[in-house]
Amino acid sequence: MRFLPLLGRLAALALTACTLAGAAHAEEPLKAGFIYIGPTGDHGWTYAHDQGRKAMEAKFAGKVKTTFVENVPETADAERVIRDLASKGHKVIFATSFGYMNAMDKVARQFPKTVFMHATGYKSGKNLGIYDVRTYEGAYMLGVVAGKMSKSGKLGVVGSIAIPEVVRNINAFTLGARSVNPKATTRVIWVNSWFDPGKEREAALALISQGADVLMQNTDSPAVVQTAQEKGVFAFGWDSDMSKFGGKAQLAASVLNWEVIYSQEVDKVLKGTWKTTDLWYGVKEGAVTIDNFGPAVPADVKKLAEERRDALKAGKLHPFTGPLKDNAGKEMVAAGQTMADADLRKMNAYVEGVEGSIPK
Amino acid sequence: MIEYLVPVLATTLAAATPLVFAGLGELVTEKSGVINLGVEGMMLIGAVAGFAGGLHWGVAGGLLCGALAGALAALPFAFLTLSLGTNQPATGLALTIFGIGLSAFVGQYFVSQSLPGLQPLIIPGLAEIPLLGPVFFSQSWVVYLSWLTFAWLAWMLARTRWGLILRAVGESPEAAHAIGYPVTAIRYAATCFGGAMAGIGGAYLSTVYTPLWVQNMTAGRGWIAVALVVFATWKPGRLMLGAYLFGGMTILQLHAQGLGVELPSQLLAAVPYVATIVVLVLISRDRKLLQLNLPASLGKPWIGN
Repeated sequence: MRFLPLLGRLAALALTACTLAGAAHAEEPLKAGFIYIGPTGDHGWTYAHDQGRKAMEAKFAGKVKTTFVENVPETADAERVIRDLASKGHKVIFATSFGYMNAMDKVARQFPKTVFMHATGYKSGKNLGIYDVRTYEGAYMLGVVAGKMSKSGKLGVVGSIAIPEVVRNINAFTLGARSVNPKATTRVIWVNSWFDPGKEREAALALISQGADVLMQNTDSPAVVQTAQEKGVFAFGWDSDMSKFGGKAQLAASVLNWEVIYSQEVDKVLKGTWKTTDLWYGVKEGAVTIDNFGPAVPADVKKLAEERRDALKAGKLHPFTGPLKDNAGKEMVAAGQTMADADLRKMNAYVEGVEGSIPK
Repeated sequence: MIEYLVPVLATTLAAATPLVFAGLGELVTEKSGVINLGVEGMMLIGAVAGFAGGLHWGVAGGLLCGALAGALAALPFAFLTLSLGTNQPATGLALTIFGIGLSAFVGQYFVSQSLPGLQPLIIPGLAEIPLLGPVFFSQSWVVYLSWLTFAWLAWMLARTRWGLILRAVGESPEAAHAIGYPVTAIRYAATCFGGAMAGIGGAYLSTVYTPLWVQNMTAGRGWIAVALVVFATWKPGRLMLGAYLFGGMTILQLHAQGLGVELPSQLLAAVPYVATIVVLVLISRDRKLLQLNLPASLGKPWIGN
């Protein structure tokens, strides 16, 4: 089912009409609903989720029918869209942005027989599960490539919104780079938006003019890769391959594979064995990997990145292994320790090597 | 200092160009007494049409397609508000929502494509002037086009018969009608012109600035353009100033972050709107100021003939 991407409230209206029309069949497939923060054509976060949705639906051909609503703002609209999906017989609902958390929590209580899965949040309940991908493992692998490829040792990150997830990615990227070039430093420019190609370009230009020669972004459009291509510096695909927008500039891409989680959870719902979960899948589970290496990356750098990937996969490598200090000199992780998931989830300081401070 | 200043200023001019086009267009529309809040939607329609045109006919073709699509998008708005007398702000909002949906629908075929973009057109001689050269004379030709458009419009509004008629229609459609001007036709033309300009602004984004199509790529620039017209008190010169001021603030803030200077960026993002409200309050307090600046019949339906 494909909806015209309108504002959330219109999408909800359209949904009502479409689902009513299809509600007459006796043996219906399981209905799974997806709520996206951005457009499915963003080539980043929402695109990756939508690829996962499609792959999952194909895997359960005939048994599962999916519906998605895109461009749902993280406001009261979200609650209305979620409730609408639930009341129209969707048995499992995936909400793919942090800001849907309270709405999911509220609606989950009202529909105890429906399974709710919320990405990147921290509130769970009997029928409300949490899932996320260890995007920082992807950022770490990109960092290794960045550290090898940067001539100036100055890396730039276009940050979206300063929440722990994004800070963690910036830190992991920096740690990856410093593991191969201890002098590498990272500058961050926040655009305070998940999706504004123009502003992402402006931030990238600012970083380049200040000497950064390898860029990473935690925003959702390919504008940074495109700008890097234009200015002759390097960048990475984030959440999915972006080489179409800068074949020479893209060194590699951190690719998310949400299908792993979607198939696993939908399978449980189909079998009636679903229980509340708190999933945080990484390289090990196949939910994130480094791929789509560009022509500028020499074979030895590619090999190194793949070795790190294999080490992450085998559980031999943890990006946040002590001794680790924040950029004010305070200890974050003691020598010989790795950071616990609980601490990773609330990370709110830059590691040594990142310049500046996190906006308050 | 200079090495920081040049990129900030040069990027500002390029970044503010969509605001200049869309803002000037809306200014002409409002001068005729019509307020069209559909700028964001028309920009998006222009952006997607511009991208489609750009794929086949390059940047110039893309801008033309954007202009055409923007004007066409303004047409139903003009019909509803001018011929049927519907509420202008409400109809404009509907146009924005329609534009977001339509552009996304059409644009789904373009999501994985990229255009080559545009090299700056360096003006020989002038580009060598220190500071001014790299800032003003090493831009893409579309930026120069925005200055020409501004100069032409400012001259037309202030100095020509056409400008006078347009303003007369915006001030008092009854009087203009009484002396025989086709008020509705003129308002149609002004509204479509505003749409065409918004379309060019959108097409600039999708073919020159970030030469790709992604849904919602204008990200609120249409609203800033609407706010700019009020901020500029319906004067083209002030509109240019406002566009560069608002554009510059964003760029400055990004550069400051890179240099480790902390500015409250969320607050800065709200400045265009706050400044607009302040200007509105100031001119509304004084009847004379209001009468001097605001087109007297702005937003009021007028059905004659």
